[in-house]
Amino acid sequence: MEQVFGQVAPYIGYVYPNETEIPWTELIVIYPYITGLVAGAFVVSSLHHVFGIERFKAVSKFALLTALCFMFFAPIPLLFHLGQPTRAFEPLITPHFTSAMAMFGYVASFYVCLLSLEVWFAFREDLVHLSKTSKGLAKKVYTMLTLGSDDISPKSLALDHKIARILAMIGIPGAMGLHGYVGFVFGSLKTREWWSSDLMPPIFLLSAVVSGVGLLIVLYVITCKYRKVVPDHEAMVGLKQVLWASLIIVLVFEGLELLEMVYKAREGIETVMELIKGPIWAGMSIQWGLSLFSLIALSAMMIKNPQGKKFVNWMFVCGLAMMVAVLAMRWNVVIGGQELSKTMKGLLTYYPKILGRESLLTVLFLFMGPFITLYFAAQFIPPWEDAKSHPHGKAAAH
Amino acid sequence: MTNQDQIENTEDTGVTRRGFLGLMGAGVAATTALVSVDSDAKIGHKAGHKLAFQQSESQYEEALNNPPQIPNYNWNEHKWSYGVDVSRCIGCMRCMEACKAENSVQEDASHHRTWIERYVYLEGSEEALVDSAADPKNIEYVGSEVHFRFDNRYKDEKVDKAFFVPKLCNQCEEPSCVQVCPTGATFKAPDGVVLIDTNYCFGCQYCVQACPYGVRSLNEQRGTAEKCNWCYHRITKGLNPACVEVCPTGSRVFGDLNDKNSPISLFIKNNQVTVLKSEMGNKPNLYYAGADKEVS
Repeated sequence: MEQVFGQVAPYIGYVYPNETEIPWTELIVIYPYITGLVAGAFVVSSLHHVFGIERFKAVSKFALLTALCFMFFAPIPLLFHLGQPTRAFEPLITPHFTSAMAMFGYVASFYVCLLSLEVWFAFREDLVHLSKTSKGLAKKVYTMLTLGSDDISPKSLALDHKIARILAMIGIPGAMGLHGYVGFVFGSLKTREWWSSDLMPPIFLLSAVVSGVGLLIVLYVITCKYRKVVPDHEAMVGLKQVLWASLIIVLVFEGLELLEMVYKAREGIETVMELIKGPIWAGMSIQWGLSLFSLIALSAMMIKNPQGKKFVNWMFVCGLAMMVAVLAMRWNVVIGGQELSKTMKGLLTYYPKILGRESLLTVLFLFMGPFITLYFAAQFIPPWEDAKSHPHGKAAAH
Repeated sequence: MTNQDQIENTEDTGVTRRGFLGLMGAGVAATTALVSVDSDAKIGHKAGHKLAFQQSESQYEEALNNPPQIPNYNWNEHKWSYGVDVSRCIGCMRCMEACKAENSVQEDASHHRTWIERYVYLEGSEEALVDSAADPKNIEYVGSEVHFRFDNRYKDEKVDKAFFVPKLCNQCEEPSCVQVCPTGATFKAPDGVVLIDTNYCFGCQYCVQACPYGVRSLNEQRGTAEKCNWCYHRITKGLNPACVEVCPTGSRVFGDLNDKNSPISLFIKNNQVTVLKSEMGNKPNLYYAGADKEVS
C-alpha cells in the first residue's frame, strides 16, 4: 500500500479522488516565471528605445538580448509537461479558438519574431563592424548575419533606429499581452478559487516586470564584475526606480487580491486561510518577506541615494531577492491553486519529484538554458554600450 | 431507421473525421459484455504496479484502429441525461468497480470516472464529514485499489445522518473542459455527451483544471485526458452505462430526454431535482434527487 500513497499528494479534509494527482507541476511554475523575465527585460530596453530615457542606454541592448534568449526557452517547460509532446503543434494548426491556451503558440511565435527583428536592427551596426574586423569563419557568419546590409552611414543608422523604435513600440503591447495572457490562463479558470481573480493578469504582468528588472540587475552586476567594468551608475539608478515603482504596484495589487478574497469570504474561505497557513506557508513567507525587504531597501536607497560599490551591492541583493520572491509567488499561485481542493473542503500538499521528466532536475536544466544561451550570445554580439566609455582594465574605482 | 437518417449519418463528416467511436478508446475493445465486477480483474493487471490497466495496449490499439461500427445510431436523435437518487444509494460501490472494468480505467486511487462519496453528520455537528472510496484509510481497509469498500471508522460515534452520493461526469451543456481545450480534442456531441478524441488530445491537462467537478484525470500511460463518457460505446447500442446496469438499488438512472417515458424523463418529472455547483454556469446534465446542502 505504501507504494500507492507514496505517489499521490497527501491531503487533509475532503478532496475529489482525481485531484490527488496534481496536474500542473513545477514545470508550469517555471513557465510563467521565464516569460515574466522576458517581459521585464523587454520593458527596460523599451524605456530606452521607445521613451528615449538615456539613462537606460548602458543596459538597453543587453536587456533586449536577454529578453530574446529567455524567450527561446519560454515554451520548453510546456513541451516537457505535455502528455503527448509530439502533438505540440496541434493548437497552431487546428486551434480551438475558445481556449486561452490555444493562443500561446501564436502569441509566443509573434513575440519571438518581433524580438529577433528588433535585436537585428539594434545590433546591425555592430554586426557590420564585426564582419569587417573579424577573420575566418566568424567573418563569414557575421557577414551572413548582416543580410548584405552593410551601410552604416548616419542616415542608414537613423533608419535602423527608427525601425527598432517602431518594433519596440509594437513590442510593448506584445510583452504586456504575452504576460497578461499568462495571467488570463490562470485567472479565467472559474473552478479554482485561488486563481479565479480579475486581478490575476495585472498581478502576473507587474510581477513579471519586477522579476525581469531583478534579473537584469543581477546579470548586469555580475557581467560588469566579470568584465572588470564599473556598472553604469545612471542605469542602476534607473533600474532602481523602475524596480521600486513596479514593486509597489505589484504589492498593492497582490494585497488587494488577498483582501478581496478574505473580505468577500465566499464558501470555503476557511480552507483558503488554511492553505496560506499550511501548504504554501513557506512560499508565502519567502514571497512577502523578500518583497517587503526589497521594498524597504529600495525605499531607503531612493531617499539616501547611495553611491558606488555599496549601491551596486544593495541593488544586486534587491534584484536577487525579487527574482526569488517572484519565483516563490509563481509557486504559490500555480501549486497553491491546485493544493486548494475544488471541493473547498480539503487541502493537498504537493511534493516535487527530484528526478524524472517533470522534476526539479528538469526545471534546473531548463532554467540554465537561457543563461547559457545568453552567455554565448553576449560573446558573439557584445551588447555593452558601457564597454566603449569604460575601456577594459579600468577596474572598479570604489 | 429511415434513409434520411442514414444520409445524415454519413454526411456528418465530423463523426468520421474524429473517428469518434474510436475515441472512447479505453472501453470499446475491452468488453462488449459487462465484465463481472467480482472477478479479480486480472486482464493486463500487474499487481502492485501503478500504471495497470485492465485493457492491454494491443487491445487499445485495436480499439483505435478498428472501431466497432454502429450504423444504426444517429446522435442527432438522442438527448442523453443521467439522474442520481441520493436516498437510494447504499454505498456498495459496484458502480465504481464496474466502471473500472468496463472502461479500463487506470487501477489506482487517483483515477476514477465515477466514485461514491460518504457524508456523515456526527451527533451535534452541523458539518458533514466526507470521504470517498479513494480515501487512503478506506483503501487500506480493503487492501485494494480496484475493489472498494468504506471502512468502519464511525462505529464508535453517534451519527445523526449519513448518506452516499455517487459522482460522475455531468456532461455539462456549457462544459468548461471543452471551452479551455486548446486542440479541440474534447467536444460536445449533439446527443449531449462530452467526448475526448484521444488522437487529438495532447495532455496539457487544462481541462483537468477547468472541470468544476473533478471528474477528469490524465491517463498517464497514453498521455491523454480521461473521463466518464456515460459508457458511450454502450449507450449508442441501446444499453445502459455500466454503472447504471450494476446498481442494485436503482440509485442511478439513465435515459433519453427525447423519450418522455424514459427512466430519466420520469425521474426528472417525479422528483425535485437539483444540479451540483450551478453557480459555475456549466449547466450540468446530471440531476440529483435528495442531495444535501453539503454535497458539491
